[in-house]
Amino acid sequence: MALDEPLLVADDVGKRYGTQVGCEQVSFELWPGEVLAIVGESGSGKTTLLNCLSAQLEPSAGTIRYRTRHEGLRDIFAMSEAERRLLMRTDWGFVHQNPSDGLRMAVSAGANIGERLMAVGARHYGDIRETALDWMGRVEIDQGRVDHRPETFSGGMRQRLQIARNLVTGPRLVFMDEPTGGLDVSVQARLLDLIGGLVGDLGLSAVVVTHDLAVARLLSHRMMVMRRGRVVETGLTDQVLDDPQHEYSQLLVASILQS
Amino acid sequence: MTQMISIENVGKTFTLHTQGSATIPVFDNVTLAVEPGECVVLDGPSGIGKSSLLRMIYANYRCLDGRISVRHDGSPIDIAEASPRTVLDIRRRTMGYVSQFLRVIPRVSTLSIVGEPLRSLGVDKAEADAKAMTLLARLGIPEPLWQLSPVTFSGGEKQRVNIARGFIAGYPVMLLDEPTASLDAANTATVIELIQEAKAQGTAILGIFHDTAVRNAVATRRFDMRDCHVAA
Repeated sequence: MALDEPLLVADDVGKRYGTQVGCEQVSFELWPGEVLAIVGESGSGKTTLLNCLSAQLEPSAGTIRYRTRHEGLRDIFAMSEAERRLLMRTDWGFVHQNPSDGLRMAVSAGANIGERLMAVGARHYGDIRETALDWMGRVEIDQGRVDHRPETFSGGMRQRLQIARNLVTGPRLVFMDEPTGGLDVSVQARLLDLIGGLVGDLGLSAVVVTHDLAVARLLSHRMMVMRRGRVVETGLTDQVLDDPQHEYSQLLVASILQS
Repeated sequence: MTQMISIENVGKTFTLHTQGSATIPVFDNVTLAVEPGECVVLDGPSGIGKSSLLRMIYANYRCLDGRISVRHDGSPIDIAEASPRTVLDIRRRTMGYVSQFLRVIPRVSTLSIVGEPLRSLGVDKAEADAKAMTLLARLGIPEPLWQLSPVTFSGGEKQRVNIARGFIAGYPVMLLDEPTASLDAANTATVIELIQEAKAQGTAILGIFHDTAVRNAVATRRFDMRDCHVAA
């Protein structure tokens, strides 16, 4: 399908919890191959927004449209539950901050990857295992661990397994919630390199929520800065970080520790 | 006229909200155009805003005062008005920028970093690698380093990796911010050659060079930023 159409379009999206504002008046377009970072402090509404965009939380205002493979842009909350679930299982990925939220901890690594494949119709055991092994290699997990449960993996390995599980179905859009949060610095660098390479090679689009501006700089093309549920600044990532205009963006950038 | 870069009445003022909303005026009323095949050198002392102007053209800094346009696919595009997507396309296909700093994801090899601008234009990996090797060799980066990440390289080596990456794609517009700042004489001579070759191919270059010899060797014209200085 044509590349000159956005993949995801958010229009005036808002979410209220009673009288409490989660996020409001958020509009943007995400284009194929683009990585958008959403940054802001805890409580700024970035995770609420991510959950709305990824159809896990119904917004109280606005629309979110996704360019489906066959029917063009469609309102994701106007789809049937079955259509939406299919989208989430196949065309989208969601990488949680905590790998145990995105993995099934009590089944083997291979089965974690294979399960998403079976959801899109793969049935041949040998092929599924072959693909699972291939993906373990691509995310740099020793293939000898294919039959081990993720319970026995380190934090960094679990996160890489979660990424493999998400990417195995060839999604076009991946949502990531603090993908490097909670990992030590050397593991973070390795994961960033891996995510950056995979996103580039596969031409994926991604929406990445992070409070780490260094992560945003390395992974994203564009950035939205959120505060108290609203987008206060948006632009090219390097522009927002190097010449921030809004008071709050300036404060965020000025607060980075220099190394 | 086929101006590749056009700068009209551009000014820059920084407003520091976190420091009592102090405003720092840098320059005002810069008007300048760069044609294909010429290398215009920005003159003036440190702090006068030369690097800021280059960054504004690259859309790394915002342009809120005046107008900057860059010719892309045959028509001038207003950089301040362009969507992020258009700016990224201009950076991918039309405009290169060699800064003094190299910012990379750890673990990616030097060869891959240098070849990346070509690969993003659809050139296959083997061809991009071959061209990257040629440039790295010309710039005196020893072959054993090519497969390593430049994270641990010396300042001068990083700078040369940056130059190789900047020149590999043959962009029609190049912005050079002190590309020879930490280079020895032999490597400086290579950079001068690269600039001369780019000019001969019709690249429009706007640059900052502190080294007088380099400046004299590459400049077709000079532009003195002192004339646009705004007293704080």
